[in-house]
Amino acid sequence: MAAIEILDLEKSYRVGFWRSRIKPALRPLRLTIEAGEIFGFLGPNGAGKTTTLKLLMGLVFPTSGTARILGMEIDDPRVKSQIGFLPEQPYFYDYLSARELLNYYGQLSGVPAKGRAARVEQMLGRVGLSDAAGMQLRKFSKGMLQRVGLTQAILHEPKVVFLDEPMSGLDPMGRREVRDLIQQLRSEGKTVFFSTHILSDAEALCDRVGIIHQGELRGVGSVAELTSETQGKVEIIFYAERVPAGLTSLGAEARVSGEVVNAVLPEEQQDAALEVLRRERLRLISLAPVRSSLEEYYIQKLKPAESMTAEKPKEDNRKGAVV
Amino acid sequence: MSSDGMNSGGMKWRIGYIAFNTFREAVRDRVLYNLIAFALLLSGAAILVSQVSIDIERLVVVNLGLTAVSLFGVVIAIFIGIGLVSKEIDKRTLYTVLSRPVRRWEFVVGKFLGLTGTLVVNTLFMSFGVFLALLYVAHRFERMDGWVLVALYFIVLQFLIVCALALFFSSFSTPLMSAVFTFALFVVGSLAEDLRGFARIARGATGAVATAAAYLVPNFSALNVIGQVAHGDAIPARLILYNTAYALLYSAMAISGAVLIFQRRNLK
Ligand SMILES: Nc1ncnc2c1ncn2[C@@H]1O[C@H](COP(=O)(O)OP(=O)(O)O)[C@@H](O)[C@H]1O
Ligand SMILES: [Mg+2]
Repeated sequence: MAAIEILDLEKSYRVGFWRSRIKPALRPLRLTIEAGEIFGFLGPNGAGKTTTLKLLMGLVFPTSGTARILGMEIDDPRVKSQIGFLPEQPYFYDYLSARELLNYYGQLSGVPAKGRAARVEQMLGRVGLSDAAGMQLRKFSKGMLQRVGLTQAILHEPKVVFLDEPMSGLDPMGRREVRDLIQQLRSEGKTVFFSTHILSDAEALCDRVGIIHQGELRGVGSVAELTSETQGKVEIIFYAERVPAGLTSLGAEARVSGEVVNAVLPEEQQDAALEVLRRERLRLISLAPVRSSLEEYYIQKLKPAESMTAEKPKEDNRKGAVV
Repeated sequence: MSSDGMNSGGMKWRIGYIAFNTFREAVRDRVLYNLIAFALLLSGAAILVSQVSIDIERLVVVNLGLTAVSLFGVVIAIFIGIGLVSKEIDKRTLYTVLSRPVRRWEFVVGKFLGLTGTLVVNTLFMSFGVFLALLYVAHRFERMDGWVLVALYFIVLQFLIVCALALFFSSFSTPLMSAVFTFALFVVGSLAEDLRGFARIARGATGAVATAAAYLVPNFSALNVIGQVAHGDAIPARLILYNTAYALLYSAMAISGAVLIFQRRNLK
């Protein structure tokens, strides 16, 4: 079953002094996310990621279109007990302690009173906040607040979790913790929809990514497919102080750094290249096919904004076809 | 399916949780510290008055005490009321609350009840102070002191309306404008009887406008019986009933207006 079905959700804002100018924040978006999937919503600032999440949470209302979560319309009140949400740069009641806040959200989410306190303590332990549980949130660091935010999003064991830029503004340790938590959610079979502009996080975590730019979905792709796509080239790394002449004549692009040479050449020249190394008695470090990266895909989807809007491919992207 | 997703039992509890959290916020923001100022004011007045005269001690203490209860409360009602929902929008604490199974109207009603609850607790403390002061100047309670309780009850009804109005105005205007509107309505509403009197004698267009205004503004003057109880006059039971119904209806209407506006709002 599809966990999230976004059916041509569209949002434009009226801006300007007379509210007369219409600014599209999200062009009709059609996207389906399967149950159990970790989906990364990628795009630069102002792309429309937060707008999409706010629409799904019912915080703003769509100009047109609808969406379904777990088969229910998003304005169906029953949806809310099945989902969790972490907003961008979350802010919480700072007069409460972490424990009180989580207990409050547990109450609002309908977590039964019996076992609620135990559940809160367990979750606090899981994100390493047991020691700070009684401290008022106004004394919390940004990283600690983010952990509280993640905890309130998953406290009631939702099936689908929405996270808006969960790693931004965190130090490397904090980012690592968030990554681990998302991995855990995956192993529990939850569906996770998270937005980010940090590609390495998306690459490490996501089953699929969608690229959004200027309110428009530019492409959707499976990360495994994207990064396993080879480009018909291999990269050979070996110990040497200069590039052997034999390699250059095979059409290799080589780079020397210290005593290591890094050469990229067409796949069909691989055996010939190894032969050159053997002849010159050079020690091989590694040989691997060159894979495309998420970064290339991302850049490629963002760049040709003008050429793409003029041509047909835009239609394909709208449908969310795998590209 | 989580057991008590959105059923009506769950709704009642959610409103209660939101109300309690609002109360807790007020207490932790030291709103009840106003009681210290109130206590100082009242004890100062009581001591002063007991040295000056013997006839009008009770009159002064009741008048001054109840007026202070009313003004302190109105100021709190306005200043917390205007931020009740708008602050949660600005600080975006609402994002996570509304992503829970909480309907928007439940949130508004919960906040309203939390603030009125805070004011009731505050008024209880103040009332205790007023009666202590009475005891201090008169050395005993009299039968007519019971009417002071009714006056205090009417003051709480005033708070209900003021909170609802502050909430209503803040659902579509800035906090400053909401405070100005609410306070202006409190002042005009306190003169409602005069306005009605004027409407009766005015003719033509002026009369029509005055009549409309006189019946539209909240009738705070009917809820102000401080003068009567200070003189020891009785309050008719009919007025108690009428005022109760009026205050509940008026605040319910203001809250409904706030909900209708808030329900359609895109949170920034
Ligand atoms: N309340 C609003 N009024 C007007 N424009 C808005 C509003 N909210 C968002 N936008 C605009 O919509 C676009 C998308 O914003 P957003 O969804 O926040 O992007 P992202 O989260 O991807 O950085 C931006 O151009 C932003 O300026
Ligand atoms: Mg954003």
